[in-house]
Amino acid sequence: MAALVPASLLTQQLITGDLGADPLAEITNRTGLWALRFLTFTLAITPLRRLSGWNDLIRFRRLVGLFAFFYGTLHFGVFVVADRLASLGFASPFSSQILRDLVVSIAIEVYRRPYIAVGFTSWSIMFALALTSTTGMIRRLGGRRWQALHRLVYVGAVAGVVHYWWSVKADVRDPRMYAGVVTVLMAFRIVLWMRRSATSHAQWLGRRAVAGRWPRRPHRSRRA
Amino acid sequence: MLIKRPADIPTSEITDESVYLSRRRFIQVAAGTALATVGSLVSEPEVHAQQPAPHGRKLATRPSPLSTSEVPNSWTHITTYNNFYEFGTNLHEPAANSRDFRPEPWTITVEGECARKGTLNLEDVLKGETLEDRIYRHRCVEGWSMVIPWVGFPLSSLVKKCEPTSRANFITMTTLYDSSRMPGQRVPVLAWPYVEGLRMDEALHPLTILVVGLYGEVLPNQNGAPLRLVVPWKYGFKSIKSIVKIAFVEKEPINSWKRAASHEYGFYANVNPAVDHPRWSQATERRLPSLFKTMKTLPFNGYGEHVAGLYAGMDPRKLY
Repeated sequence: MAALVPASLLTQQLITGDLGADPLAEITNRTGLWALRFLTFTLAITPLRRLSGWNDLIRFRRLVGLFAFFYGTLHFGVFVVADRLASLGFASPFSSQILRDLVVSIAIEVYRRPYIAVGFTSWSIMFALALTSTTGMIRRLGGRRWQALHRLVYVGAVAGVVHYWWSVKADVRDPRMYAGVVTVLMAFRIVLWMRRSATSHAQWLGRRAVAGRWPRRPHRSRRA
Repeated sequence: MLIKRPADIPTSEITDESVYLSRRRFIQVAAGTALATVGSLVSEPEVHAQQPAPHGRKLATRPSPLSTSEVPNSWTHITTYNNFYEFGTNLHEPAANSRDFRPEPWTITVEGECARKGTLNLEDVLKGETLEDRIYRHRCVEGWSMVIPWVGFPLSSLVKKCEPTSRANFITMTTLYDSSRMPGQRVPVLAWPYVEGLRMDEALHPLTILVVGLYGEVLPNQNGAPLRLVVPWKYGFKSIKSIVKIAFVEKEPINSWKRAASHEYGFYANVNPAVDHPRWSQATERRLPSLFKTMKTLPFNGYGEHVAGLYAGMDPRKLY
């Protein structure tokens, strides 16, 4: 519920006219920032579990990730409605012609503007991961394939930071801070993977010695 | 006798009060959002008529035929949404961070290709000038616009006083550089001090003004006190604030934003719906406080009939 506070605050301020001279910029900035924040929160869960031993944290990861998608979708939705649909003169989006024009105009922007392309990449990944976030989908995909797919969250977070960095005019202090946080969270995993692959390499050598043949492939780590 | 009927709904299925209240809250919020969106679609952008400014330091002004008849944005919006990186990069920051700024006494140094070099007090600059209300459209390169009732006088008037030589092809202007008074300058987001420039014919154009006021009152700090430039057919960043130096030069100067990102910001920076910013289209704009980019941006910000002639034969794609 606390995760909805930024959204309800924004809505309330929009209604009361407290968002200042440029409400759209305020809405765009805040929804984008919260999407990025929740993305970094999801990435922080595994390191926090490891460091604190509080394994129950994993129960929150899906919800936190879905909130990242929620704010990301608001952010993208604002762009679609206030920028793209507005540029088409606010024709009703319910006719198929306008819908087609809208999709084309979004596609053109994504193609033309690198910072929108990376932002769109980040949102698309969150969309795919949100769609496959249900327990049923985990079962259907199988744990390992599901996990491989959901590793895309790393790409999504990095793309989110790049999008933020490229979207500011000159002051990159805040994007740099997010880049730093994501780098630390990724470095934590890289250290884990290296340690684990060192262990599995030792196991692999041992198994090879016992079986006298090449294993099909090195043991893959099961946890991110 | 008390006949006990089983309750219609088992208690286990009764929604907890906090849950249904939060669900109601969610529906209210969602409905509110939808309504607000529809509301702002339907209604005209909120605009304000002339209103008294907080500090009440009135200037004697006269109206100008160069003013637009569009309704100006509110004092609050004009003074709380400022791109003035010397007081912070967030557009809300300058209003708070410039509160203690003292723009007096103030001197302007004149140098370069001119007969009258030297240092002028602000009072000397203003001596003999008739202040005019100039209600101009203001188009930011970021895609938003306002209508602002400036108070000022033609830059040409000061230029003529300085008696530039025949080698003065351009004029450069420099903002105060004093990080103890302008805290934003402690952070190297731009190469301080801020520098802007105009070609001499642009500087002499009657639309180009030096501004000392807003809404008939002394200019607030966050809007570039005590003296700023306004060139209404160019993107806002050309209109340099808190000017302390004017220099007449032979070659085209490098303005701050061009130095920071020359592929995105040029020297001319004429408002042009046909030339996109690399990151967004300039074809439309948001007339604040409107939420939507529905207003068509006009070439030269609608001042084409006055200034298009200055740029005959120039390729706006190369000289943006």
